[in-house]
Amino acid sequence: MRVTIRLFARLRDLAGSGELVRDVPGPATVQSVWRALVTEMPALGDYERTMSVAVNADYARMSAPVSEGDEVAFLPPVSGG
Amino acid sequence: MGVPLVAVGPGELDLIALTGAVTASASGDGAITAFSGLVRDHNQGRRVEFLVYEAYEALAVRTLQRIVAEAQQAWPDTRLGVHHRIGRLEIGEASIIIVAASAHRANAFAACRYTIERVKQIVPIWKHEHFAGGDVWLEGAVADPEDEAARQAAYKIACA
Repeated sequence: MRVTIRLFARLRDLAGSGELVRDVPGPATVQSVWRALVTEMPALGDYERTMSVAVNADYARMSAPVSEGDEVAFLPPVSGG
Repeated sequence: MGVPLVAVGPGELDLIALTGAVTASASGDGAITAFSGLVRDHNQGRRVEFLVYEAYEALAVRTLQRIVAEAQQAWPDTRLGVHHRIGRLEIGEASIIIVAASAHRANAFAACRYTIERVKQIVPIWKHEHFAGGDVWLEGAVADPEDEAARQAAYKIACA
């Protein structure tokens, strides 16, 4: 099934793109989408310990289910304000 | 056209307009506090030239709304507005403005302080610092809105 992956800040720079569309096997979770992404782009792997994740612009956990058409975002530690 | 209480966007921030939106048609207010966060010319020993702010806009707006709701639960007589700017900002420009209105000054100060502390903890916005000789993405807090210890820490700072 097809999902949209959003990446921000340094994760976006490392990936070379802020938005990727990928086919992942179902049933998928945020974790399985992340694993597939890191297999493709190992340089992102270090962020697993410090990133936050979101599904359809709502904070989520790595165990959250992901459905066809969902937007999955991976977020480095924040620095707004 | 009304000014929204919560916004994230590239436009210059307008504290007067946001104050007007927060205080509109309220005669029970006894205090307004405002906070502006500015781009400063130095950070961790580096000479900063400018910042570029990036946001996950949909989640940033949603998270700001969550913070406003948290503050209004903690200080029920208080109303809040928060605007965060994104894109390239020069030294001295405001990156965030917060306005809190309340019947009492203590609550207005506390709600304002709580809001900026929570923004730094959980709102998905990032600074890309351009300094003399390079650039770096700043990374602060691991964002977790459900982290109750972090929320309590912000509350304690607000009430100090």
